[in-house]
Amino acid sequence: MDRRTTIKWVLAASASLPLLEGRAAWAGSAPAQGYGTDPKLATHHQSGELWPLTLNAAQRRLAGILSDIIIPADERSPGASALGVVDFIDEWVSAPYPAQQRDRTLVLDGFTWMDAEAVRRSGKEFAQLGIAGQRGICDDICDASRAAAERRQAARFFARYRDLTAGGFYTTPAGRKDLNYIGNVALTRFDGPPPALLGALGLR
Amino acid sequence: MPFVAPQAQKSAYDVIVVGSGAAGGQSAYTLCMDGAKVLMLEAGRNYSPETETPMFQTPDWAPLRADGTPDKPFGFYDATVGGGWEVPGEPYVRSSEESGLRFDWWRARMLGGRTNHWGRISLRNGPYDFKPRSRDGLGFDWPLEYADVAPYYDKVELLIGVYGSNEGLENTPNSPPGCLLPPPTPLVSDLLIAQRAKRLGIPAIPGHRAVLTQPLDYKGSPARLHPGNATAQKILADDMRKRAACLWATPCGRGCAIRANYQSPTVHLPPALMSGNLDITTDAMVYEVTLGRDGRTNGVNFVDRISGKQRHAAARVVVLAASACESVRILFNSKTAQFPQGLANSSGKVGRYLMDTVGSGLNGQIPLLENLPPLNEDSADGHQLYVPWWLYQDQLAGKLGFARGYHIEFGGGKRMPGFGTGAGMEWLTGGSYGVKYKQDVRRYYGSFVYFDGRGEMIPNDLSFCEIDPNVKDKWGIPVLRFHWGWSAHEQRQAAHMQKTFAGIIEAMGGRTQGTVQTDGAKAIAAGGSIIHEVGGAIMGSDPKSSVTNKWCQTWDVDNLFITDGAVFASNADKNPTLTIMALAWRAADHILERMRRKEL
Repeated sequence: MDRRTTIKWVLAASASLPLLEGRAAWAGSAPAQGYGTDPKLATHHQSGELWPLTLNAAQRRLAGILSDIIIPADERSPGASALGVVDFIDEWVSAPYPAQQRDRTLVLDGFTWMDAEAVRRSGKEFAQLGIAGQRGICDDICDASRAAAERRQAARFFARYRDLTAGGFYTTPAGRKDLNYIGNVALTRFDGPPPALLGALGLR
Repeated sequence: MPFVAPQAQKSAYDVIVVGSGAAGGQSAYTLCMDGAKVLMLEAGRNYSPETETPMFQTPDWAPLRADGTPDKPFGFYDATVGGGWEVPGEPYVRSSEESGLRFDWWRARMLGGRTNHWGRISLRNGPYDFKPRSRDGLGFDWPLEYADVAPYYDKVELLIGVYGSNEGLENTPNSPPGCLLPPPTPLVSDLLIAQRAKRLGIPAIPGHRAVLTQPLDYKGSPARLHPGNATAQKILADDMRKRAACLWATPCGRGCAIRANYQSPTVHLPPALMSGNLDITTDAMVYEVTLGRDGRTNGVNFVDRISGKQRHAAARVVVLAASACESVRILFNSKTAQFPQGLANSSGKVGRYLMDTVGSGLNGQIPLLENLPPLNEDSADGHQLYVPWWLYQDQLAGKLGFARGYHIEFGGGKRMPGFGTGAGMEWLTGGSYGVKYKQDVRRYYGSFVYFDGRGEMIPNDLSFCEIDPNVKDKWGIPVLRFHWGWSAHEQRQAAHMQKTFAGIIEAMGGRTQGTVQTDGAKAIAAGGSIIHEVGGAIMGSDPKSSVTNKWCQTWDVDNLFITDGAVFASNADKNPTLTIMALAWRAADHILERMRRKEL
């Protein structure tokens, strides 16, 4: 997506664009360096350690609300924001690599669209909308193949944001547990699947 | 003494080996264990898998959840150091960026090179694979046959440790008793794929990978590998005992701190160093083979990357094992008045007949694999089973429309959740979010399978490399320019792969993800992207049409050898690394024999 298209779909939503400010500010300063072709692999790297985080408070608030709408707490695991997914999203969109810079544009413009759409529908920003109103907007953009033509770009944003949220969430210890992942442990032998399971699947 | 700075090198060696990967590691191992004094020059930095491998680190410890970036294209934890598709300060040139004409070149700058991150798939070429022209009239025959290489496949399997089984299938050789380690137990998804593929007449059999599913036979193998050489047997037995068996966790592509898989710095180099016959200088970027007045080589020139200075190292024999394209580059950059087109290039064939593997993939989602109970499916990191090429007879009868075969690498299972977990699932979920999305991710996790075709490319006149007239790297060394093109054989083969994978997915009751690409030109992965590039200095029986003889010895310079993939006269669907090692061992044996006869 080129910049002209981006501006067009954002402007189409509303004239009120409080969140564009963060994107403009970032464009002024050169992005940080990447970690290079010989980074330290064994260290536990923290978000913000290799390059500065760049989302402003309003953007982080929206990021958290949206992440928790996509992955809320349930009986098996916490919601996304409780597991640090906002820091991860911030790290992602602040990264100096081309793919992440493209995502930065998509995500920040998406945030702007969400707020603008909320204002258009109810006169309130997305954060103030209440869960029913928030879900009302999400319902219209959660599937790009069904989204109305004027919301297709917003749906692309939502799809990417859902992928980023899931990527941040399922890579945490609680996310792995949510999926009952039980590997990454040293074993003295590997026995393979239990015979009863293979029998049930007709594979014995 | 083993790791030496340039100024600490001896004034002369028996053999200089350029490169420390599969070819360099094997060449140096064989030479040193039999008493030759060897200097190994590696362009990259020193590297210790025992201390540097991120064995159990999880994606949340890594920047960007370990997803790939231009700095680490295969993910943060991939073992590659100093490289990837681009090496900083060391460019290469593509003659075209167009789809189908583009060539990508993966390099590493580290001890052991690409053996640190490779897939460990270790398949033997079969008898047909050394005589392809005799079989179908295309490409080139090798100046040797399977029986010449078989004893060296045996040796390499015994030395490095390869799991697999003997199935007796056409052109898919068995190994002698005791050579292979037992294959790992298949996963649920493996068995389902095998069951449904079989209904289509497609055989799935245990894969072959250089992973220790049990400890090596340190009592028996050393005597089989080094008969009559008690010192070598002792060194090897001691080292084999130090290699642990697989602990059934952590991806092999990160490298292995317990030395349970093959990478040159954990398998070839320790015993070679223990022999006392090997000196290694890292950060030594060889750019030129030097010639004496007798027309024989007397050593190499290299850049010491630490000081930036140019230096010379001397030896009776030079072995290029820098990777196919780097070795070709060195030959081009070693041109003299006698060899104005590049060293050892009187045939004009240096740089010609570059080949990669034909690659095409398809994923599927399988309802039968949904909602399975918790299972540890890390196993040996994939390739428990694979499909060898199974249509030799149909192909020979001309029924397929393409001349060479492919094998299928496949897999599935509940692998460690990564950055992509839960991503791109709208086609299954209708765009769910919230609690429903969490339920969907649980449901579909572990229900995906992938199929990757790996096929033979026939050498052609469009695919070659040469020196770019303008561009130099940061050391001032002229760089390669690549040209690429596929023939209809490869394109039709790629389309056949797609159709086959879709058929298997359908037979599993599954759904294919994305388009089944029946246009072969679109189905085929970019040249070089499978990282099986070979050729460029092919071996043959005629000095006019090949660069080396069957001993990897250049026709033009008696004491110059090339033991990497550059000498491949064809590129069978079988992954090249095992064959590189077998040919390197064979060439090193030949060098030793000729040194004993005082001919070198």
